[in-house]
Amino acid sequence: MLEVNDLHARVEEREILKGLNMKVKPGEVHAIMGPNGSGKSTLAGVLAGRDDYEVTSGSVTFNDEDLLSMEPEDRARQGIFLAFQYPVEIPGVNNAYLLKAALNEVRKHRGDTELDAIDFMAFVKDRMELLEMDDRLLNRPVNEGFSGGEKKRNEIFQMSVLEPKLAIMDETDSGLDIDALKIVSQGVNSLRTEDRSFVLVTHYQRLLNYILPDFVHVLSGGRIVRSGGKELALELEEKGYSWIDSLDAHPGT
Amino acid sequence: MSQSAVQNTYLEVFESITAHSSSVVNKLRREGVESFASLGFPTTDLERWRFTNVSPIAKKQFTCSKRVDIEASLLPSLKLQEIDGPQLVFVNGWFSEELSNTTGLPAGVEIENLEKVFDNKPESIKPHLGKLVGPDVSAFTALNTALIQDGAVIRIAENVVFETPMQLLFIASADDFQMSQPRILVIAGENSQIKIIENYASLTDTRYLTNTVTEISVANNAMVDHYKLIRESADAYHIGNMHIELGRSASFSSHSMTLGGAIVSNDVNANLSGPGGECTLNGLYLVDHQRLVDNHTTIRHASPHCTSHELYKGILADQARAVFNGKIMVALDAQKTDAKQTNKALLLSEDAQINTKPELEIFADDVKCTHGATVGQLDDEALFYLRSRGLSKEQSRNLLIHAFASDLLNRIRVEPIRMQLDSLLLQQFPGSSGGFLS
Repeated sequence: MLEVNDLHARVEEREILKGLNMKVKPGEVHAIMGPNGSGKSTLAGVLAGRDDYEVTSGSVTFNDEDLLSMEPEDRARQGIFLAFQYPVEIPGVNNAYLLKAALNEVRKHRGDTELDAIDFMAFVKDRMELLEMDDRLLNRPVNEGFSGGEKKRNEIFQMSVLEPKLAIMDETDSGLDIDALKIVSQGVNSLRTEDRSFVLVTHYQRLLNYILPDFVHVLSGGRIVRSGGKELALELEEKGYSWIDSLDAHPGT
Repeated sequence: MSQSAVQNTYLEVFESITAHSSSVVNKLRREGVESFASLGFPTTDLERWRFTNVSPIAKKQFTCSKRVDIEASLLPSLKLQEIDGPQLVFVNGWFSEELSNTTGLPAGVEIENLEKVFDNKPESIKPHLGKLVGPDVSAFTALNTALIQDGAVIRIAENVVFETPMQLLFIASADDFQMSQPRILVIAGENSQIKIIENYASLTDTRYLTNTVTEISVANNAMVDHYKLIRESADAYHIGNMHIELGRSASFSSHSMTLGGAIVSNDVNANLSGPGGECTLNGLYLVDHQRLVDNHTTIRHASPHCTSHELYKGILADQARAVFNGKIMVALDAQKTDAKQTNKALLLSEDAQINTKPELEIFADDVKCTHGATVGQLDDEALFYLRSRGLSKEQSRNLLIHAFASDLLNRIRVEPIRMQLDSLLLQQFPGSSGGFLS
């Protein structure tokens, strides 16, 4: 589904990703862990099409298509969803309006009929209950005045409505209290299917207690320095990120 | 032609206008002529006109536009719909009886065209016309007064509440370099309530001038809501001067939306003369290409316990320019004044430009006066957020531009007005028929 080959990317003059490789198959959950500044968010941004980053070499394909040449909206319509680390507050844009417009763009792309306001409300109702979303949040401006937890929940709610093929979650767990983390994780778990994949970018192992990954990758210095199963996250938690400095010298060990 | 040569020609034009049968009208015109002769068109040397160069108007000889008839079938696209109140329609500044409708007015509500009042009962408006603004205040007011011909007179008696908005529709169907001088007089008696729409639209894409003067007096405890929509032709000039006098506990609100015109200048001057008055001035404008929109507001807090709120927002594209100047004066005994002024501009191009200036003159010591101005671009992060949800770049930009304007629209309490202004605004966006920013 997703293939990242020897990806190099930089912000302004600074190279952040230095030859990253990864492969995600349908239905898999990959966790990407790493210390601050290791390139986690850059990877998420490059995949979603953020234009702050310049890809200098390497390739990314999504279902065998060149992802890097696509506009962000085309990636979204093809089924990529980025849950933002810092969801943006957009005063004056109604949350429900945005979501309905987004859903209809995605549906149009899939060849489905567009939903009107009534069908849309019926469509989102269950998903709101699942994420314990207050009705009122739907009719407020996007993320404006939402608490940190509400913002993250809103991201997962959007994801549940848009039903992506690949969800990239950029530190969705950071800043969440344990109750919110449980709700968010429950939302994600309910969306796991045989063909939907997830890339979870996270600093902490905690999230992985609730969302069990198939693979864990450790990112350091712009490359994946170690990959393994979920036990790798525990090892990392136990030994701390300083441990990977020693791994860094011996990639692939 | 040089500016002074044009002025001399205007003086000849004034001389040639037939004297009115009423000395009231003749006296007004005479004062207008004299003021115009001594003031002349403003240049950018004057602080008021520093950033708004009206020489394209001053250097051309405009003639008075003619009475023409237009098809009634054209009205629906020009007027605000679903407002079933009285309407006065003017074409090129001249009243059209045929297109207007003033039937079914309750006792105490009068709406007439000025020419008719001049002909039938000029003495009745003598104490009011020109009371809030003398012709010597500005050249454009002088010009309007010198050529005063038609317009609207709205009078609402004490204790009368008239809910349905009254619509004054000014349609331009003018040739290049023709001008009209609409004059509006509103007198709201004590405890009365009224809503008025001034709607300027065009059937041509010519270069004409609309030069309006509006005087609104809001007596004690009365409430006047005023809406002004400017959709002049893209090459036209619109100069508007509005003067409002508020009595004790009176309330006045103004919502203006400017969507068209090559040079648009809107001056709003409100005088809070009695204690407890409340004045709200809201303005929204979209300007593109090399057009210019100028908003000058002056709020005079002459009495204690008055409140004023001001919010102006502009959306500028291409090489467009805008000017905002907000003056707030607080007199020595206007204690407990609460004045708030906000001015925001959204620049969609690096070549667009706004000059914004608050001017606060405060002589009282127990007051709350705040002002703020922001100039910004579309938020890249918000744009990416929307696109990452599948909305196209154009859709996302439009959504954010609309969001910028939406809080102003949301302040319009009359739903049909709000909805229609909203949809007129959206029509200007790229991908829609108006083609703003396209």
